[in-house]
Amino acid sequence: MKYIFSPQHWRRGVWIGLAFILMTGASTAAELNTYLRPGAIPQPSNNLMTPNRVKLGKMLFFDPRLSGSNWISCATCHNPAMGWSDGLPTAIGHGQKILGRSTPTILNSAYQPLFMWDGHARSLEKQALGPIENEGEMAQSIDNDNGKLISLLAELKALKGYRDAFEVAYPGEGITKKTIAKALSSFERSIVSSDAPFDLWIKGEKQTMSNAALRGFTLFEGKASCVKCHSGFNFTDNGFHNIGLEDATDAGRYAIRKVKILIGAFKTPTLRDVALTAPYMHNGAYSTLAEVVEHYNLGGHATENLSPNIKKLNLTATEKTDLVEFMKSLTGEITPVTYPVLPAE
Amino acid sequence: MNPKHLANSILFTVIIMFSTTALAEEHLIAQNSKSFQLSGSKVEAITIKVGDTIRFKNEDPFFHNIFSLSDLKTFDLGSFPKGQSKTVVFDKAGTAEVECAIHPEMFMEIIVQ
Repeated sequence: MKYIFSPQHWRRGVWIGLAFILMTGASTAAELNTYLRPGAIPQPSNNLMTPNRVKLGKMLFFDPRLSGSNWISCATCHNPAMGWSDGLPTAIGHGQKILGRSTPTILNSAYQPLFMWDGHARSLEKQALGPIENEGEMAQSIDNDNGKLISLLAELKALKGYRDAFEVAYPGEGITKKTIAKALSSFERSIVSSDAPFDLWIKGEKQTMSNAALRGFTLFEGKASCVKCHSGFNFTDNGFHNIGLEDATDAGRYAIRKVKILIGAFKTPTLRDVALTAPYMHNGAYSTLAEVVEHYNLGGHATENLSPNIKKLNLTATEKTDLVEFMKSLTGEITPVTYPVLPAE
Repeated sequence: MNPKHLANSILFTVIIMFSTTALAEEHLIAQNSKSFQLSGSKVEAITIKVGDTIRFKNEDPFFHNIFSLSDLKTFDLGSFPKGQSKTVVFDKAGTAEVECAIHPEMFMEIIVQ
């Protein structure tokens, strides 16, 4: 006991403790736990994931026949080779039309309660059919032959390969709008992030994070206040904020909820695999993470109806680089995705 | 009106007003860990009486913005930080759906009887 409580060792203990706090970004072990992966992939009881459902969903996801032109699949914009996004500032839809918002990654969709940049879809199942039917996106008629186009249901029912796949995945439920949505949702729920250097560091593999990334984590939780919105395992509060982008034409979440603070507010995106999903922001305003950090450093550009979380940060050049290094540490090893074989008859 | 009756009417009105004031309660609903909480536990609905007040207090280290677009009561309390609170008096019977505009997972019903 004398040894433990000697002044010399007490002082050393204090210094070691302070060093640990600095190295861990001032987070306690309990706080770090908030970043841990949840135990299981969340899924609704009426559409539990099974291998056959995920397999069918994957076929549909990669099948361009889901679009009116038979030329655009979900994977055209949600490209697995590009972080399940498209690398474009804003998406390109039916007839090469440039759309108003960027393509969000589908990574970790299972962990989100609301979908689309304005959150208008309250489940993956409700979201799944939206882009297919949207005139600007895939321009497909799902259940009505409209003279020029054969409906998607008719196209799928004509193919034995799909008839069999639906029956195995959803016995007795048939090929319907509902089962298409359920299968697509099952596949999307299966797209989850792998362990990134940051995750391994939390689990004790301390060499996985550079000193710059660790300093960036301290800033992320402290001076830069990123964590106020980008929180938890998926680095999002699943909330809506106006972050001061110069985009007066898009009302964002306000179109769904007529509350003043939501004018120009959009959903907080995940930061998982963020190094792969440039350009950034709902309108693809920034090409690099450094530009994103500079945006927040300046406290945004447009100040009208700005989120109260957004303030000038006065970051040094090193601090900006450190934040970028931290965000890069949230990108894990990518498993190559194989294309499915689609039914020809 | 007979002065005596007038005096009685005023007295009756004052008694009723004081009675109502005395009966009206204030209920504290905290915003904590991105949920509505009553006495430390997550709450999805609370039943109160006509005339009662709900005090919404932010206990999270970030802003909340409580609102309702219900037919019963429409309000937007604006954004307020940790430690601050705002009150709403519910003066009619019915049900109000209350949300946080920033964090729509935060949702509860105020049932006014």
